[in-house]
Amino acid sequence: MRALKDEGVKFLFGYPGGAALHIYDAIFRQKAVEHILVRHEQGATHAADGYSRATGKAGVVLVTSGPGATNAITGLATAYMDSIPLVVISGQVQSHLIGTDSFQETDMIGISRPIVKHSFVVQEAKDIPKIIQEAFYIATTGRPGPVVIDIPKDKTDPSKLYEYKRLKKVSLRSYQPRVFPHPGQIKKASKMLLSAERPVIYAGGGVILGDAHKELIALNKILKIPVTNTLMGLGAYPAKDKHFMGMLGMHGTYQANMAMHNADVILAIGARFDDRITNTPSKFSPNAKIIHIDVDPASISKIINAHIPIVGQVKESVDALIKEVKRSKIKMDAEALDSWNAQIFDWRLKHGLNHDLYQQKPKSKQILPQTVVQELYHATNGNAYVTSDVGQHQMFVAQYYHFNKPRRWINSGGLGTMGFGLPAAMGVKFAFPRQEVVCVTGEGSIQMCIQELSTCLQYNLPIKIININNEALGMVRQWQDMNYGGRHSASTYADSLPDFVKLAESYGHVGIRVTKQAQLRPALDKALSLKDRLVFVDVYVDPNEHVYPMLVAPNGSMEDMWISKNTKA
Amino acid sequence: MKMKRIVSILIENKPGALARVVGLFHQRGYNIESLNVAPVFDGSYSRMTVATHVSENDVEQITKQINKIIDVIKVADLSAGANHEHEFMLIKFNKLNLATKIQKILKSLNCAILEKSKSVMVMSAYGPSGDIEIAIKTIGKSNLLECVRSGSLGLHEGEKKLTIGDK
Repeated sequence: MRALKDEGVKFLFGYPGGAALHIYDAIFRQKAVEHILVRHEQGATHAADGYSRATGKAGVVLVTSGPGATNAITGLATAYMDSIPLVVISGQVQSHLIGTDSFQETDMIGISRPIVKHSFVVQEAKDIPKIIQEAFYIATTGRPGPVVIDIPKDKTDPSKLYEYKRLKKVSLRSYQPRVFPHPGQIKKASKMLLSAERPVIYAGGGVILGDAHKELIALNKILKIPVTNTLMGLGAYPAKDKHFMGMLGMHGTYQANMAMHNADVILAIGARFDDRITNTPSKFSPNAKIIHIDVDPASISKIINAHIPIVGQVKESVDALIKEVKRSKIKMDAEALDSWNAQIFDWRLKHGLNHDLYQQKPKSKQILPQTVVQELYHATNGNAYVTSDVGQHQMFVAQYYHFNKPRRWINSGGLGTMGFGLPAAMGVKFAFPRQEVVCVTGEGSIQMCIQELSTCLQYNLPIKIININNEALGMVRQWQDMNYGGRHSASTYADSLPDFVKLAESYGHVGIRVTKQAQLRPALDKALSLKDRLVFVDVYVDPNEHVYPMLVAPNGSMEDMWISKNTKA
Repeated sequence: MKMKRIVSILIENKPGALARVVGLFHQRGYNIESLNVAPVFDGSYSRMTVATHVSENDVEQITKQINKIIDVIKVADLSAGANHEHEFMLIKFNKLNLATKIQKILKSLNCAILEKSKSVMVMSAYGPSGDIEIAIKTIGKSNLLECVRSGSLGLHEGEKKLTIGDK
């Protein structure tokens, strides 16, 4: 516990059990670190994850051995895929029982190996402070990620005391992440960028994780070229800026995807060209030269070959690029840039994000899910921390809630974990109790971690939950509509949904049901006005709505998009 | 083009470290053709040699991914340049009338007799993996009782080296 305190840990999200009881007793006898009791270990990992995404600090989790450890696995994988720094401490059975199939024994190190950045087994109790220090160092530096520390129960035996030693500085001969970029590469990149006629900046979650949003904005103050953000990168570049094209990829905007496909130079920053971006890699942006900045060399040229790879911390690398661009004598071709920007503007006008919907009141009698997000955006003045689960509602938030600041948009992008939204919102609320924290979810996802409503009551967390209820697993159904002849296999359950209002009330919270357009804004305003209560707003929306644009898959490029149910662009 | 690649890895001699490397190959969908590992020098770290059959792009991705493993100190793709590749083998057979023939086959491979009795003979041999493979084929599976191979071992040619302490 003292080691955790020395790392500046404020919250420990966890759930007790036999193998962790010595640690729990130590928690009871101190005040520096507050333990948050969740209702399921998955909730603990997601809450710590949400805390980390909002603050930039490592999230910390404590679980017991066996089922405690295995329940934490989904949360570990979620954090691993999105490079989120977590330190997960798992209790383990006593050393002499390991390997004997003893009660609540599981090989946590083995099970978690492919989904952690690193893991430790405590062999000697006296090593615990050093291991914790190293774990935080590894989790938070380089490309961040989760670290597991497995502690056999006998190593936390309070009757055996050791001298507490803290290292002045952690140094590992096998782990030295690169910080500064190669100056030669920066020069080449600057030259290529300034000579471009159709450049695009493609910025991902690495810009947020590496706290480089200010540098990114500063760079584009000079370059003035179109910018797109990935799902994980939303907020890295302000959505209100005129150079911002919106999100790219599977459900990205028409103009962002068209710009990527037709670019001559792409500057990728802290992004990893995953399959939800590139569509078919062999058809990806045929004429573009790629400059790729990433702290993880393995992310460069993994999917798409980079012409100029730059390995380094994003902040330091973009900073170096700014200096080099300022120093350079090359002037960008203003005429070419103007016509490129005009082309993008034209694309935006042609097929902006469901352009009609943006401008007019929807014709449908039923509430459109996009409208819910738009109204929420206005009701919160675009300032809320928004967490989401996974599915159509997640994409609608990414498209229609415009993030101007980093770390405000918190979602499971890489793993796509349903059940993430509510516990993540708890973590954010612990970090920023006075800020508005909204969880936009669906009736499918919310039921995967609904038990955390109880945690919210215990710690009085006035989160607002907006349940976009289409009585179906919307994204699954959308794919079934588009690719499986509308056969809704196992994606609907309308007659077995709970009464969410009563459910929220039974947990001691406020529930509001919305079924008509006219009720929507007043309900949101009311929810936001109840400052000290968790409010669950259950909004019934048009179940037939799909998310568009949508890249044509399989075998499509980035310019092959569905714009609406019947139109391919 | 896919071809045999030799990847050398210096890795902390800690429990679970080997599993991380082996797991990574499986996780990323690459095959391990052979694997050899043992501590070297002060014993605080081990040197691994992994032989794998992959394309040039893949081997670059493999070395980058291996390098990300926290316990890995250094990685090198030996096949990127000139290298020495050798493998060690032990064989046991009971058809003693073949002894001279087998010895002849193994002659180019630096062989030695480890055991010779009335009923069995055990021999060791070492040389390039390709030659070892050909030798086993020539002897014929049916003529051998047992066979064990170390898998490829590799070093850079010339002054180039893979050790800790230099960058």
